[in-house]
Parts: sequence; structure tokens; C-alpha cells
Amino acid sequence: MTEPAEHAQIFPNPGSTVDVIRFENVSKTYKGQTRAALSDIDLSIEKGEFAFLVGTSGSGKSTFLRLILREYLPSKGRVYVAGKDLTRLRSWQLPQLRRQIGTVFQDFRLLPGKTVFENVAFALQVIGKSQGLIKRVVPETLELVGLADKGDRLPEELSGGEQQRVAIARAFVNRPKILIADEPTGNLDPATSVGIVRLLDQINKANTTVVMATHDATIVNQMRKRVIELDKGGLVRDQAKGVYGY
Amino acid sequence: MRHVLRETFSGLKRNTSMVLAVIVTMWVSLTLFGIGLLAAEQVDLVKDRWYDRIEISIFLCVKDSTNSNCETGVDTSQADKDAIEAALRANPEVADVFYESKAEMWEEFKKLYADSPILAEMTVDQMQDSFRVKLVNPEEYMGVVTAVSGMKGVEKVQDLHQYLDPVFNWLNIARMGTLGLSALLLIAAALQIGNTVALAAFSRRREIGIMRLVGASNWYIMLPFLLESLLAALAGVVLACGSLAALEKFIIVDRAKEELPSINWIDWPQVQVSMFWLLVVGVVLSVIPTIIGTRRFLKV
Repeated sequence: MTEPAEHAQIFPNPGSTVDVIRFENVSKTYKGQTRAALSDIDLSIEKGEFAFLVGTSGSGKSTFLRLILREYLPSKGRVYVAGKDLTRLRSWQLPQLRRQIGTVFQDFRLLPGKTVFENVAFALQVIGKSQGLIKRVVPETLELVGLADKGDRLPEELSGGEQQRVAIARAFVNRPKILIADEPTGNLDPATSVGIVRLLDQINKANTTVVMATHDATIVNQMRKRVIELDKGGLVRDQAKGVYGY
Repeated sequence: MRHVLRETFSGLKRNTSMVLAVIVTMWVSLTLFGIGLLAAEQVDLVKDRWYDRIEISIFLCVKDSTNSNCETGVDTSQADKDAIEAALRANPEVADVFYESKAEMWEEFKKLYADSPILAEMTVDQMQDSFRVKLVNPEEYMGVVTAVSGMKGVEKVQDLHQYLDPVFNWLNIARMGTLGLSALLLIAAALQIGNTVALAAFSRRREIGIMRLVGASNWYIMLPFLLESLLAALAGVVLACGSLAALEKFIIVDRAKEELPSINWIDWPQVQVSMFWLLVVGVVLSVIPTIIGTRRFLKV
């Protein structure tokens, strides 16, 4: 039996809307390294799910997220995102993939010379959206993240929590199917962090799949969402309504 | 599109000195390149014209010839003349053969030197019988020369190539030198554009990073850089074309054509062709380094 046919039996439709992210026996070893950054990860995250990705530094969280963004290709196995086999995606198709994924980082990554409005609008401008749409959608999104009155501020005039809200607005403004957050509360104090995670939860309730890598035990324990724990590149726990530690 | 244009102009403003450097390098190197092209055209024009008129003259023996092909004290015999003419006519490189007798040559000589005191000292017997040969291809002459120069009754084979070839060789070296020098300068200009673009892309790496993250196409990200270097290169092309036009107008049309009208000088059509090549080279040399310079920042 040929390999694709076998595959079709196990996953009748890998492009189904149910599995929005699917890792199929995925391993990743970086060039020039012997130890695998990820080894034999096999899991799927369904549409509309909220999943925490936990583990110590170097456990493979970042690699996991970067494989979803197709910043890297897996060394072994396949990664499906939004119905596309990323190992078969052509490089010219990448922008289309990325438009379906919003990304938030620990260090916000806002453009310092642009106002809050311009930072959010930038994400739409550069994918060729009309000025009319931008004028409508950006204020809406700023309102959603609670910054309706700060559109003309520069990032440096905002607190860390506010800056992260801008980054979330930018990631969400195009209404992606998936939102990836890599330690979004890593630079924030606990009270602010809770606000950020509540915002992500709210976005998740609007039917966006959220994957959040974090070190923050309090938040994970509070939210009681799915917890995927990685250790030294291996999957050690995948628990619905989990907590940070055992 | 508005975003792209805004980015292009802010880029041009931000790197004014670099852009000016690119324009000047492009200008100088393209002008030199254009001069090289025109020089090549000019050499070809002159060569065609001169070589077309070249015939090989085969001078036959006279009484006091000392050449070993000649019998002392007598002119070339009719039998030898026939043999030489037959050999010439049989040669595939020969287009036509004329016989010019002493008497005919004397008439010609008298016409040429009508006002000269030399004429008084010359007689018809100092002239020589000769064959004049027209070639199929003026550049292919060695075959004929070697075929007849050893024949009995031939005193001397004279062809102008031996005088013209060194001239054209030097002209060729000069034009190769111009083109080579302009090639070096053009490479420098291309590298300069590559560097400028890489620096500009580096200074905008945050924006580029975010553009890639939110799914802007590579084409969209690259376009401002491409337009920027294209505009700089086009400015260089325009200046270089202007320089060539000035050269044609002020040196060729106004001076050279007036002072040396007997030579075929390059004209506006040739200048236009050269300008077209400047445009092609300018565009290629700005687009390719830009693509290479930004590629690193667009890698996924």
C-alpha cells in the first residue's frame, strides 16, 4: 500500500476544519546540532481551542511555534496548518499561510515611529487592504483590546501591558484563524498578565484558535485550559483543563 | 500602492548621499560604456569604407627589377602574365581582376601629379604593368597574396592591409580598453547598488520582519527597494544618454564632420542604439543587485 493512501485512512481529511493545527510524528533537529529540538511530536489542536504550551527554556516550545509559522520545516514528519501540509507549501504560498495566523511576542515588536493606529493599520496595509476597510476595522479592533482612545499615541508613551494589547490588535486585525502567542506575558507584571490572557481568551471565544507558550504557572492554573507540556523536545503531557505542574 | 510609493520616496530621502553616489557612478560608467559602443561603431564604419576600396596590386617585373622572381633585363613575358592572371582568376577569394598596362598607369600618374614638378623627371618606362585584384571579402586577402607572390614575373604584391591593419589593431585595443574599463566601473556600480540596498533593508529590518509575519508578499516588500534603485539607475542612464548626445552634437556633428568630411562619422541612429543599450544595462545592473541585496532579508 502506498504511503498517501495509508495516510488517507488514518486521517480521512487532513484539511478538515476540525484540526486546525496537526503535528504528525514531527521531529526537528537544527543544523549542526545532534540533540533534537523536537522529537516525534504527534498531536492536533482543534478549531476554536485554547492551548497552553508549557515547559522549561529549551524544551522546544519556540520550535513548536516556529514550525506552525513555517519559519522552519520539520526534519521528520508533517505539519498541517489550516488544512495545508506545510512541508509541501511553496515559498510563494507562505504569505497566504501567514495571513491566517496572528503572532504575538514577548517583546511586542511594535514599530517605534508609528502611532498605535498606524501600527495596527500596517498589518492590513502591507497585505493590500483598502484604506476604507482599514478605517473601519482598526478602530474596531482597538476598541476590542481596550485602546479605543489611544490610537494616536506612540508605543513609547504606553505601558508594557498596553503595548502588548497593541501587538494583539495587530495580530488579530485581519481576523486570523489562529493566534500564536510566544510568552506574551513574559515582560509583564502578574496583574497586567491576567488582563492580557483574558483578552486572548476573549479572542478565543470569537472562534480563533489560540496557542500560547508560557512560563506563567499562575495563569495556566487559573485558566484551566488544555496544557501541552514539552520537555527536552518530547511531549510529556497533553491534558484537557490542565494545570502548570502535576 | 500608496504605501509602496511612500516607502520608495522616504527611502530615497533617507539615503540621499548613497543614492547620489549610485547615480554618479552609473552616469560615469554608462557614459564610458556608451563611448565604447560608439567607438566600436565608428571603427566598423571606417573599416567597411576603407576595406571596400582596397584592392591588391600585383606589380610585374620591369627591366631593372632585382627581385628573384624576375629575369634580369626583361619585362615579364606574356606567358608569365597569362599564368598569373589564370592563377588569380582561379582563386575563390578573388572577385575581379583588371590589367593595368604601363601606358594606362602613366596616364593615371600624369593626372595625379599634373601640377607637380615630379612629373618632369618621370617617363613612361618608369611605370609598371600590374594586375589589380578585387576581393570577395576584403578581410580575406592573405590567400591571394601568398598564392601569387612567389610566381615568376611578379615583382611585388602590394596590399594596403599591411598599413591599415596595425591602425585598426590599435583602434581595437582602444575600444576594448574603453569597454573593459566601463565594465569594471559598471561592476562597481552594481556592487554599490547591492550594498546600498542591503543597508537600506537592514535599517528597515523591523518593518520587514513584521511584514513577513503578517503575510506581505515578497514582491510587496521588495518593490520599494526595487523602485528606489531603478530610479537611481534611470537617473544615471538619463545623464549618460545626455552625455552621449552632447558628444555626438558638439564633437562629431559640429567639429569632426566639418573638419574631416571624407570619413563616415557615426550618426544619430547609432547614438540611439547605444542609448538603448545603456538603458538595458542600467536596468539590469540595478534590478539584479537589488534582488540579491534584499533576498537575505526575505528568506523565510
